[in-house]
Amino acid sequence: MAIRERMSGNEAVSYAIKQINPDVMPAFPITPSTEIPQYVSTYIANGEIDTEFIPVESEHSSMSAAVGASAAGARTLTATSSCGMALMWEELYIAASNRLPIALALVNRTLSGPININCDHTDSMGARDSGWIQIYSENNQEAYDNFVQAYRIAEHPDVRLPIMICQDGFITSHGVENISLLEDDLVKNFVGEYNPEEYLLNAGNPMALGTYSVTNFCMEANKLQEIAMENAKQVILDVAKEFEQISGRKYAFFEEYKLEDADYAMVIINSAAGTAKDAIDVLRESGKKVGLLKIRVFRPFPEDEIAKALAHVKGLAIMDRADSYRGGGGPLGVEVRSALFKNKVMLDSVNFIYGLGGRDFTTGDVADIFETLEDIVERGAKPVDYKYIGLREA
Amino acid sequence: MSESLALKDIMNKPDRLAPGHRMCAGCGATIGVRAVLRGLHEGDHAVIGNATSCLEVSSFIYPYTAWEDSYIHNAFENAGATLSGVETAYKILKKKGKVKENYKFITFGGDGGTYDIGFQSLSGAMERGHDMVYVCYDNGAYMNTGIQRSSATPMYADTTTTPAGKVSNGKPQYRKDLASIIAEHHVAYVGQTTFTKDFKDIHRKSEAAIYAEGPAFLNVMTPCPRGWRYETSEIMEICRLAVETCYWPLFEYDHGKWILNYEPKNKLPIEDFLKPQGRFKHLFKAGNEHLIESFQEEVDRRWEELLKKCN
Amino acid sequence: MRTDISKINLESPYTDLTEGLKVFNGGTSKQFHTGEWRTNTPVFHADKCKQCLLCAPVCPDSSIPVKDGKRGDFLYDYCKGCGICAKACPFDAISMKEGK
Repeated sequence: MAIRERMSGNEAVSYAIKQINPDVMPAFPITPSTEIPQYVSTYIANGEIDTEFIPVESEHSSMSAAVGASAAGARTLTATSSCGMALMWEELYIAASNRLPIALALVNRTLSGPININCDHTDSMGARDSGWIQIYSENNQEAYDNFVQAYRIAEHPDVRLPIMICQDGFITSHGVENISLLEDDLVKNFVGEYNPEEYLLNAGNPMALGTYSVTNFCMEANKLQEIAMENAKQVILDVAKEFEQISGRKYAFFEEYKLEDADYAMVIINSAAGTAKDAIDVLRESGKKVGLLKIRVFRPFPEDEIAKALAHVKGLAIMDRADSYRGGGGPLGVEVRSALFKNKVMLDSVNFIYGLGGRDFTTGDVADIFETLEDIVERGAKPVDYKYIGLREA
Repeated sequence: MSESLALKDIMNKPDRLAPGHRMCAGCGATIGVRAVLRGLHEGDHAVIGNATSCLEVSSFIYPYTAWEDSYIHNAFENAGATLSGVETAYKILKKKGKVKENYKFITFGGDGGTYDIGFQSLSGAMERGHDMVYVCYDNGAYMNTGIQRSSATPMYADTTTTPAGKVSNGKPQYRKDLASIIAEHHVAYVGQTTFTKDFKDIHRKSEAAIYAEGPAFLNVMTPCPRGWRYETSEIMEICRLAVETCYWPLFEYDHGKWILNYEPKNKLPIEDFLKPQGRFKHLFKAGNEHLIESFQEEVDRRWEELLKKCN
Repeated sequence: MRTDISKINLESPYTDLTEGLKVFNGGTSKQFHTGEWRTNTPVFHADKCKQCLLCAPVCPDSSIPVKDGKRGDFLYDYCKGCGICAKACPFDAISMKEGK
């Protein structure tokens, strides 16, 4: 029987952690993810879980300790945001290249500077090439569901890669909403015991990791890692299917919302998808054929599937909550356009930059964005490559 | 200390660092590693950590590991944190019955990775009380990248980032006293040691550090013939002079108690330690006598300070 | 999954390498012979040796094997010829000769 509750995104992820009862969690406080180690510490203090918490002295050390714990054979996780993740940068790559299935609860917050505690995706988008699986969550329910699925994906023998489950800082992490939780046993059985084949503490079977690799081996190791990321695609789908059986909730690489017959579409990630869906409902009532593609899995990037889902669209808004500072828009803009080009899907698209440092993103913005697309496609307006939305202009 | 200190018994133990590693001929670091690992009781399992260093890039070049035990290298600045994670994993896996055997946790870092870039990670690991030993093999510079100064480099040493030149006398600062700083974390055990003829001091301290319950730190002076510029065969003499001049005092901090392990009968002048090393050559030019005097003053001052602590 | 490093070499295809370049084994460096680096060579004179073992711990390359409390001849596969042992010997039981 599903448990009806209301909780914030941080509490939802913490609740999943409690149900999974992982072995080791090193963590360092940073807004807005701090509540996660707080909740876990409280579960530990009350004897509700066995997890060993390491109160490290920095985020670099939290990921360093996570690498050590995971290599030693422990199911390991940490949580962070923003500059905390930036401080772990080096370790993100090391966790991935050592093929360690660590889970990271990432609560998206802008990177300094200027220093600001609110949401955007500069932290995780910057880490998109670090070799981690990245799964995004629109709301507390998805954050919970994604976290329950995380270890099944990361620990799969065909994958063995670290995984980050992302949710929007404050908007999701602190917003209290209704949620449907699974029963403890159901989660426990779904996630299962972690019994790695090889680990540091396997007495009589020593193992060495962190080798110096001469040039002859480096590229080959990178290829093996790349194959693991490719393999993750099928595993993510298989795990989602199994998850649907216990939860009744369907997950895939992305969610299509009123996209099937849409002339105009928006590609978006995380909580702003909720705002966009509301706006789309209203626009649909006035006869606009608009829809949405909400990316759940950004790494591995399901480019062919995305291109196929958008093939019929006339105008596309690609929404980035991060700027790449490349003089031409954000990371999602590049990747989605590349996916379309590769699949010979030619359509008009605008890369919108929105919501930086917690800037509000409203249903009005969504209506304006679709209006802009219509102007370009139907009324011959000058195409726009990329554009900041919600920006004060003189 | 349950095990014998007789050299015959110590040397009978199987080596836990295999040959075939690519450290330079005459390297002090691997002499130190061998000595420390002999502190492990036979039959006890260990996980060895390693900060990026000469030792790391030479002892585990794919697919050749010189380590007989499980080994983890993570990065340069995080050997303390990395082993914290391993040790914590051990605690929970043991509690859950997934690991049955007894393990010890020993990590090695050079002075660059320990005194400097890994200082925070080391301090955190010591403060949190993990049951592990952090071993600094201190050769007094970033030797892996080509002899750059570290905060462990002695005053006036000629390094590639503090070169002696027309208007420079080498490194202007004296070295950081890391062993004392770690002792002030009130850890279980700290030992400062190097190679003595019979290797008793390093053996005893290694065993004490490994089997102390809680965090322990060993600071082992491991001369580097390349960086210090002396003939490879001279290492034992260099170590003797370091101890006899009181440049490198042998002491320990055992559960709150400071103990001086050796007091030279005739404390030798610091020139004796400096003279055989090419990195101090410029100190022996006419007109530089005052530099040696100031070096001597600093050695004396620190020695007196240590004597006070140990009384 | 235990690693047999004799099957891994600089020309191995990527499919033959281990996951994350981990090595599932200990002490595999014994298969790499550093003795080739040697420019000077220690020579052991067993007749002069009193088995005090002062030479054994000073070797950076574990090239002086000790068994039953007695040292044997050098492991020339690994000895790099640094000469520390010769200096450590109080009985002239080790001499250094030029070359390999």
